[in-house]
Amino acid sequence: MINLIIYLAVIAVAAWVMRFAGQKVTGNAPKFRDMTYGVAFGYVLAVALIAWLAWGYVQARSDDPLVANKFFFLKAAIEGFVIFAVAAWLFKLAGKTIGTEWSKKMFRSMPLTAAFGVLVIIIYIVVAVFAQWIAPYGQDEIIQGAAANVTAGGNTALGGDPAYPLGTDQIGRDILSRLIYGAQNTVGIAFVTTMLAFLLGGTLGFLAAVFGGWLDQLLSRLVDVLMAIPSLIFALLLMTIASVWSATLGIPLTVFMVLIIALIDSTRVFRLARAVGQNIVVMDYIEAAKLRGEGMGYLVFKEILPNATAPLLAEFGLRFCFVFLMIAALSFLGVGIQPPLADWGTMVRDLAGFISYAQFAPQASVTPLLAAGAIALLTVAVNFVVDWMLHKSSGLKE
Amino acid sequence: MSDQLVKIRDLWLEGRSDETWNPIINGVDLNLKKGEVLGLIGESGAGKSTLGLAAMGFCRDGVRVFKGSVEFDGIDLLNASAAVKRDLLGKRIAYVAQSAAASFNPAHKIIDQHVEGPTQHGVMTKEESEADGMELYRKLRLPNPDEIGFRYPHQVSGGQLQRAMTAMAMACRPDLIIFDEPTTALDVTTQIEVLAAIREIVQEFDTAAIYITHDLAVVAQMADRIKVLLKGDEVETADTRTMLTAPTQEYTKSLWAVRSFERPLKSPVIASAVPVVSVRSVDAAYGKVPVLHDVSFDMHEGRTVAVVGESGSGKSTTARCITGLLPPSAGEILFDGEVMPPSYKRRTKDQLRQVQMIYQMADTALNPRVTVGNIIARPVQFYSGLTGKALRKRVDSLMDQIELPADEYYKRLPSELSGGQKQRIGIARALAAEPKFIICDEVTSALDQLVAEGILRLLARLQDELSLSYMFITHDLATVRAIADEVVVMKEGRVVEQGPKREMFKPPHHPYTDLLLSSVPEMDPDWLTNLLAERGVDNIGDAAVDNM
Repeated sequence: MINLIIYLAVIAVAAWVMRFAGQKVTGNAPKFRDMTYGVAFGYVLAVALIAWLAWGYVQARSDDPLVANKFFFLKAAIEGFVIFAVAAWLFKLAGKTIGTEWSKKMFRSMPLTAAFGVLVIIIYIVVAVFAQWIAPYGQDEIIQGAAANVTAGGNTALGGDPAYPLGTDQIGRDILSRLIYGAQNTVGIAFVTTMLAFLLGGTLGFLAAVFGGWLDQLLSRLVDVLMAIPSLIFALLLMTIASVWSATLGIPLTVFMVLIIALIDSTRVFRLARAVGQNIVVMDYIEAAKLRGEGMGYLVFKEILPNATAPLLAEFGLRFCFVFLMIAALSFLGVGIQPPLADWGTMVRDLAGFISYAQFAPQASVTPLLAAGAIALLTVAVNFVVDWMLHKSSGLKE
Repeated sequence: MSDQLVKIRDLWLEGRSDETWNPIINGVDLNLKKGEVLGLIGESGAGKSTLGLAAMGFCRDGVRVFKGSVEFDGIDLLNASAAVKRDLLGKRIAYVAQSAAASFNPAHKIIDQHVEGPTQHGVMTKEESEADGMELYRKLRLPNPDEIGFRYPHQVSGGQLQRAMTAMAMACRPDLIIFDEPTTALDVTTQIEVLAAIREIVQEFDTAAIYITHDLAVVAQMADRIKVLLKGDEVETADTRTMLTAPTQEYTKSLWAVRSFERPLKSPVIASAVPVVSVRSVDAAYGKVPVLHDVSFDMHEGRTVAVVGESGSGKSTTARCITGLLPPSAGEILFDGEVMPPSYKRRTKDQLRQVQMIYQMADTALNPRVTVGNIIARPVQFYSGLTGKALRKRVDSLMDQIELPADEYYKRLPSELSGGQKQRIGIARALAAEPKFIICDEVTSALDQLVAEGILRLLARLQDELSLSYMFITHDLATVRAIADEVVVMKEGRVVEQGPKREMFKPPHHPYTDLLLSSVPEMDPDWLTNLLAERGVDNIGDAAVDNM
């Protein structure tokens, strides 16, 4: 605590000195002259933090395993960040030089974060589509004699096995293969669910916006009721009911899960579609079309939908993340995607016990975090792309 | 120290769009003496506002100074430190924006926003500033000056808010005020009050001002000198009187000439002729609020009826009743002598076809995601069932009628057109239905004068060729003079006066018509002075309406 105060005091003094020195050295250049003290403090603080990160990274490479272990995750984070940044930069560079005039222009105006997002999404799609060919083992294949070797990295000195680069779980299934199949199951199901939610919520939302009156009231109040119930609890409740039905009807529980999550999420889509639709409905061109005598279908599909695509597309990206996290959460709680299908949420739950090794054997605790990391990475990537699309559709410059 | 207050030398400004820097202002010089009012005029995009802000040493986001210098009272504003500028802005330089409603913070009382400047700059204490604010409100002839400051911005009218904003700019008795189109959004009767108030207070405190506007008649009243800008270049600068009587540049002359467009008078309508559209004692209401009371007038073939009045007078509501968007609560609409169903939903396709509309804001009237060709093609296809080559041919001929080459514009989106071109597409869409009757709702009010004149000429030509009837909704009496055959004056949802144009522009008038006519600024620089002398300061604008 005392240390922290001393550090902050040092930074505070350094910030003042930097600003003063800057003013003297540059002869009152506007940059230093108009710099407020808070900004100077921010600069020095940023430098101090970067220095600390660099120091931590050097520590992580130390020969003493005790010291190295302490900074293991920091090292992983820094390396991951640098690798992804370089990959995104190369991807953007490639996009700028290869392809049609249109795609080149798109890549030029794309920020690096969006390039990262697009790259990660492409990788996920490729992995999900070609999972059967990429994965070295089957998702439910139990490899005899390899049970519970969770050490990732394949370093035999630390107890790993090069045949299973990310280790194996408690009953001897290859974790890398399960991660790859997980992309197919989790991402695929999330995509179908989101599409359903949009079909339902979008259609009803536009109808409510165009018709107004009692239909709007009825649908909106219904949606209010559904939204008033906490979504995860509601989903759990419905899944419990569905698990009884699925046994008696012989329909897989996953189908019910897709329908339930789609219903719950369609309420959010409904609200957005209705709000966007209402803004478009008051435009003069809709009035002109109405006065021309156009029918409802033309109004919704030719006049409203083209103008609503940008916000709906952005919402699609965000909604996809929420659906995806909801599926992972339900799977973690044991009512989502059922074994033996590989699923990231289930994988985190199954291997969660190893997280407590993080302090003294970080390599062993990596395994449950891999699935969680896969979820986080996709969520971040999708959000970057959505941010970029929102920015583009809002028409803001700079 | 000289009496030069603002000195701009060879100023070049650039704006960022599509990842490149494009010039906005190209080497403009500007001089302003103490106590002098300079009028800056030009079309939209001429760089008036950008130059006005540059005189404060301020650039909007995405604008940068390429070269040049801006000096205010000997201080180099472009290189001054943030602290120096903070001390100047609000205290010695003030700014009055176009929309006072958007510039006031709706969450604070007017007086609280008024005292912020003087107290921040340490000119006055809060109590002194409040008392001073009330004094300024009195000088600007705001009603209840002791009380009005304690209202929130939404509780006072637009014209009052604009005057309160002028008072706020005056709070520190600045040396320079920039007025950025302060009366453009106001009605004529309100505008004249604000103009009189601004002029009086600027003269009283001997404040220098830069008055930015696109309205020549307004600037003629306010400015000592006028500077004309065109696409970032200075066209010419001269004294107001010299500029008005003897402009040297072609562009300036063309600006002056716009006001002289007037189509020849037509022979009077034969008394027995059946009007194309007849509005018969229509009442209408939004919910329970009555808006129209017993409105009746006729529109004949090949004629233009101009409906004039202030905002809220029921002009657009009448149009909504005719189109059937707002079914009247009493009365009826006749088309060619036959009663039309009150709601557009019950009208036949042919009845819908006969009544078309052209909107004020071409931006919201054209679907931004549909190409120009398809916007025009849709009504043709919808009403006549043409497809393929025949459809394309019809669209081409329509685009020919609105004087836009079809090959070049067919595939463009509305965002790739200028304001005037968009309005032409709106006209083409209305023509595509082959109507007899078109409602033009303030079609020129969002356009620059030269462009607006082009639209008016186009409409006049189309009327002669196709013998269309227009209902021309406007608040601009210059437009009425230019295009109308008959005039209907509306006030508070009632028809105050109606008749042929030449009778309407000749006395005797109904007092309200008289007030409207006399409130339209004229190009004569003495007009406002004479009018004030004639009517008295308390008998102009809203005050006069209340006196009636």
